[in-house]
Amino acid sequence: MGLVARSLARGTANAFDRRFKAAGAVRRQASHVFPKHHSFFWGEFALYSFAVLVLSGVYLALFFVPDTTEVVYRGPFEPAQGLYMSRAYESVLALSFEVRAGLFVRQLHHWAALVFVAAMILHMARNYFTGAFRRPRELTWLGGVALLALGIFEGYLGYSMLDDLLSGLGVRIFSGLLLSVPLVGTWLHWLVFGGEFFGDIWISRFFVAHVFLVPGLLIALIGMHVGLVWFQKHTQFPGPGAREDTVVGERAMPGFASNTVANGVCVLAVLGLMAGIFQINPVFLWGPYVPSQVSTYIQPDFYAGFLIGGLRLWPRWEIHLGAYTVPAPFWVGLVLPLVMFALLAAYPFLERFSTGDRAAHQVLQRPRDNPTRTGIGAMGLVFWGILFLSGATDVLAASFDVPFELLVWAGRIGLLVLPPLAYVVVRRICVGLQRADRDVLERGVRTGVLQARPDGVYVEVRRPPGGADRQGRPIPLEYGGARVDHRPATSPEPVGEEPR
Amino acid sequence: MSGPREPTGPELERMSRGALVDLGHELDSVRIVAQEPPRRPGDVRGERRARRRVTLLLVLSLLCAAAFAWAYLFWPTGYVPPGAPGHTANLLYTPLLGVTFFGAVGALGAAMILYVRSFYPDEVAVQHLEKGPSAERDRFTAGATLAEAGEHTGFGRRTMIRRLGLTGLGAVGILGGLVAIGGLVRNPWRQRGDAPLWTTGWKPVGDEPVFLRIATGDPKDITKVRPEDLEPDGMITVVPFRESERDDPEKVHDAEMAPDNPVMLVRLPPGTPVANPPGREDLHHGDYYAFSKICTHLGCPASLYDSQQQIFLCPCHQSEFKITEGARPIFGPAARRLPQLPITVDADGFLVARGDFPDPVGPSFWEIRRGQH
Repeated sequence: MGLVARSLARGTANAFDRRFKAAGAVRRQASHVFPKHHSFFWGEFALYSFAVLVLSGVYLALFFVPDTTEVVYRGPFEPAQGLYMSRAYESVLALSFEVRAGLFVRQLHHWAALVFVAAMILHMARNYFTGAFRRPRELTWLGGVALLALGIFEGYLGYSMLDDLLSGLGVRIFSGLLLSVPLVGTWLHWLVFGGEFFGDIWISRFFVAHVFLVPGLLIALIGMHVGLVWFQKHTQFPGPGAREDTVVGERAMPGFASNTVANGVCVLAVLGLMAGIFQINPVFLWGPYVPSQVSTYIQPDFYAGFLIGGLRLWPRWEIHLGAYTVPAPFWVGLVLPLVMFALLAAYPFLERFSTGDRAAHQVLQRPRDNPTRTGIGAMGLVFWGILFLSGATDVLAASFDVPFELLVWAGRIGLLVLPPLAYVVVRRICVGLQRADRDVLERGVRTGVLQARPDGVYVEVRRPPGGADRQGRPIPLEYGGARVDHRPATSPEPVGEEPR
Repeated sequence: MSGPREPTGPELERMSRGALVDLGHELDSVRIVAQEPPRRPGDVRGERRARRRVTLLLVLSLLCAAAFAWAYLFWPTGYVPPGAPGHTANLLYTPLLGVTFFGAVGALGAAMILYVRSFYPDEVAVQHLEKGPSAERDRFTAGATLAEAGEHTGFGRRTMIRRLGLTGLGAVGILGGLVAIGGLVRNPWRQRGDAPLWTTGWKPVGDEPVFLRIATGDPKDITKVRPEDLEPDGMITVVPFRESERDDPEKVHDAEMAPDNPVMLVRLPPGTPVANPPGREDLHHGDYYAFSKICTHLGCPASLYDSQQQIFLCPCHQSEFKITEGARPIFGPAARRLPQLPITVDADGFLVARGDFPDPVGPSFWEIRRGQH
């Protein structure tokens, strides 16, 4: 650094500090210790995808026209010429075909949205299975649950307002779900759509919600979420020096900051590559929304798959109360997702209540070390997975040439049978893994080498990580919650196994 | 504050940078327990190799950025139909942007990661964590301060004013909510018996006949349907048409775009056994049956027509409706029959509607059974 630059930097720092008295805080945050683990990356991945979403979204909003007014298309895209379409859809065609890199930015936005939700799901799974949500991080977890729900809703709003044939059906389904609410459904529908489906105001309202209300909430929640992670300190896996009252890792400056910025740049690069070479939601191929038209293989974005799967599986149970009706989709289209998210939100409190563990935790658990929690998580994932697959019964039926009725029944029965089964199996696997770890620590790593003892008995050679005492018996080690090395080559001297 | 004695200004001036950093870490409860250089000291070749790699990546990044800028500005773009010259080139525009973007940004990111790995010292730092609640001193003083502030407000003593004040605050909140929501509220039942949920575009106005017009998407193409237009096992989508609207393309178009209007007209093969449910015995015209295309589950067009099994299938959630049994739902989530449009043939041999659907069209709702005639 040159002399001028250095004195300039010093001057700026001094001026800043004289006004804001920030030196102490700057020093404290620069030496803030952040734990290192590759699985901590998913949250960052979601964060950087969101940043890409905001930037690309602002750009797209400069071109998108949130207007239901119908026009006849006269643009350069020949297959659509002469078709009636909303100005919204027309503006998307214009952006895709007449703006340099318009299609690129639109696909960047869509891919970033998919990656945003996917990364949130992975991030949430990581936090769940390692018990990161435990005290004192319940609020961080609740914020995360809200972010996932809002993220899915935001994505739905975004692809709906393009008003193409595929998303129009999604809006139609949303309208039907509003109508299905008991007592106030029709009023609710009129409140949102301003009248009967589809009316002429819904795109403006979806637009305001998509670019203003929901992103505002998302930004506020992300601020809270990341702020809590930072100031409560990040959790850490068990390892040397990692205790409940320490954080082991690298300091924010320069290590953590450099790495996270580099990660962000890499996320942007991957999203850009996807935007360029993987076509996503080609609305110009779907055509404009026409209420009488439909295509086959109606598939929403992946994060809505579990909703459409539920709607396909739920039987036609309309409840009649005198002259009034509770339509069947209400239970699965609105109540089920609400219950699922409520259970997610309540989980930390349910676990604390059932285990009585009220302690604050800084050190994470490996999934195997809490078999009940891991089993419940597997149960939830299997439940979600079956709903997700059932959202694609038509595609699966066509791909594997089986009647879709069979798949619907498989989904219905699977939804009841497989999650408990997953719980039992995964719990069992966890216990088995725990025993395998203990076996290594207490008796040694299996080498696969057989040894003949003088009395003719064959025993397997073991290498106990804690070494052996004078009699050649392994010295047992305590399990500390960290990974146990099962590879024979890295263990110390061999010990002959006693026959059982 | 406990811990190290506060050093004086001149003392700080004299301290080395290392000592200052150590002092800072002491204040922040941070300990550096290991700090390894990235490679053995004196490993000149390793150093040179790492420098070369980072440099190469940065140069690659710059080259790709230049390629991106070039492609962005000069590569042909815009829609060119298949077969026309330039189709393939224009098709490559977006992928080219993606690949060059990836090269520019990805190489930069890789260079950053490589740089950190190659040149930063490998450190393990441990920070002591102040767990649990605040210090007793802070908790007691905070509690007392707030209690005293509450005491000064006097709300505790003046119960009447407190209650009125809280009520007023609540009233302002409700007022805000009312203004926010109130303007959005619309009464779905304002038109009572003619409310939109009870009626469709097929509802007759005066004596004017409502014809079945093929939904073509072109309001200037008006094809009214005659029975002989349809082969047995044939199915077409029709929308309402009135002769008074013939020269008004906007109205013709609106009739086609109204979500309640699309109807599937089916001609069953002669002699197909049909079991019409009560109330639907005389809605058809010979072998011609007209059903609402709007699924009674959640409103998608239930338009996949299986003429072998006489079934309508909705592609959204796979409800199946048996055409020969009055469009009864036989599989999937839909709970109600597809509403059937009463049809007949007028004096000129055109198919016409004899009135609106007897049942409400589209997804079920709370009040739906009040509208079934």
